[in-house]
Amino acid sequence: MMTNFIETEDLKFKYSDDVNEKNVLDGISISIKKGEFLTVLGHNASGKSTLAKHFNVLLLPFGGKVFVNGIDTKNESELYEIRRMVGLVLQNPDNQIVASIVEEDVAFGPENLGVKPKEIRERVDEALKSVDMYEHRNSATYKLSGGQKQRLAIAGILAMKPECIVLDEPTAMLDPVGRREVLDTLIKLNHESGITVILITHYMDEAINSDRVIIMNEGSVLLSGKPREVFKEVELLKKYSLDVPQSTELIHRLKLKGCNLPEGILSTDECVQALEHLLEDNKCQY
Amino acid sequence: MLTDITLGQFFPGESLIHKLDARIKILLTFVYMLITFICSNYFSLTITLCSVLFVIFLSKIPIKMYLKSMKMILFIILFTAIINFFSGNGEPIFQWGIFKITVDGINNSIFVSLRLTIIVLTSSILTFVTSPTDMADAIEHLMKPLSAFKINVHDIAMMMTIALRFVPTLLEEADKTMSAQKARGSDLESKNITKKAKALIPIFVPLFVSAFRRAYDLATAMECRCYKGGEGRTRMKILKIVPLDVFAVLFTLAIGIMVIISNTFYWRW
Repeated sequence: MMTNFIETEDLKFKYSDDVNEKNVLDGISISIKKGEFLTVLGHNASGKSTLAKHFNVLLLPFGGKVFVNGIDTKNESELYEIRRMVGLVLQNPDNQIVASIVEEDVAFGPENLGVKPKEIRERVDEALKSVDMYEHRNSATYKLSGGQKQRLAIAGILAMKPECIVLDEPTAMLDPVGRREVLDTLIKLNHESGITVILITHYMDEAINSDRVIIMNEGSVLLSGKPREVFKEVELLKKYSLDVPQSTELIHRLKLKGCNLPEGILSTDECVQALEHLLEDNKCQY
Repeated sequence: MLTDITLGQFFPGESLIHKLDARIKILLTFVYMLITFICSNYFSLTITLCSVLFVIFLSKIPIKMYLKSMKMILFIILFTAIINFFSGNGEPIFQWGIFKITVDGINNSIFVSLRLTIIVLTSSILTFVTSPTDMADAIEHLMKPLSAFKINVHDIAMMMTIALRFVPTLLEEADKTMSAQKARGSDLESKNITKKAKALIPIFVPLFVSAFRRAYDLATAMECRCYKGGEGRTRMKILKIVPLDVFAVLFTLAIGIMVIISNTFYWRW
């Protein structure tokens, strides 16, 4: 049975005490299940990064509550336990690496937790293997590519044995190859180790593999549901100047022109298949 | 290119020198510097230089890297050598105005440049074969007595690790900023010193701004990974003295004794 791992109740937040200022987060109530792959979409300043920072107590709610594994994040004595359970990976791969050597950087987390040296070694090796970076364990960190740095950051979180990884636009500064590497790693971790993944991004294409998509706009949840259901709302998303995955967009436009195509196409493969079908059907007609 | 700077760089490897305990490495580097300064004749200086070259050979790091690190302070070596060359005492072999060359001066300048070379080489060996984390760890250990004076040794060591970690990152950034300013017509190659200094301002300002932004990000990332200072922190790699370290100490002591003996028994030039 899937239980709720993170829950927010009418979460409100703003960065200053000024009464006139708008809330960055305006009454968000969501629950995230254990083992779920959740993607949070939204354009800049929609509050998605601010939301991520509430999940591991970098920020505390202004109003409302956040629960992680049943613990209220306002509970100070559990601060480090919550941070261990919910790891956060940031956008810039360069700025979150602490040590000059790959394996020493991965060891940073467990070292802070006071894990025994022998166990740290095991955890580091395991974490590096699960992100396919084991052969680079003795490399200098500044020599890695962007995608490798980001996978290293993920390994650094994994070594703390978290229940959940939150990634705040981890692919924004990467090239397409690096982006693919990071996404594949996340999907693998979610499927094989059952780690809850919360991916925050503004690339719609990255959302198609997730269990659930939340679309944020101006500090509140606009849409929530399975990727297929959410991306059906092409017109609504367009109204808020948000994109849909390229394949969905293509199919949508063809449908508007009167082509007979199924709804809810997400991936390139599905799109190709649907188009092939369409062409074959047309051939029969003539 | 700025990124050519090898100072403070670490080259991961598996050589005997790499495997030495970082504390021993730091202490022995100081001992070597001391030995270099007590050398009073060519024979003892040769012994020291040869032993340093031997250690370089053992470190299995391309000699090119050592030459690169020498290049940076070549100017200082030449400068001190020239000053010494003309400021010797005694009977001049050659005199032209206030410039006089003496045997003493020639000897002094060779001595000084060799000493400086050895010192640069030993410190290069130390940074080339010691990972910054190990180094910080070792310094934390060696400075432990200072915590009696309420100095937070762990914080200092942590700052060092991070500073060393960001050297290549910031160098790369400085390089990019320079290219960007050059592309906008900034006169970085000017011979005029005031012009050159002015051209550096638009490089340092963005560099500082970005360094602060990086620092803020890094602090967040460290918090995310449960960093809460030195208390209750464990280490993956524990520093341990092994027979190899004892051997290294004995080797250095042997060199030191040889130098002292040759100092006392050899006729000073």
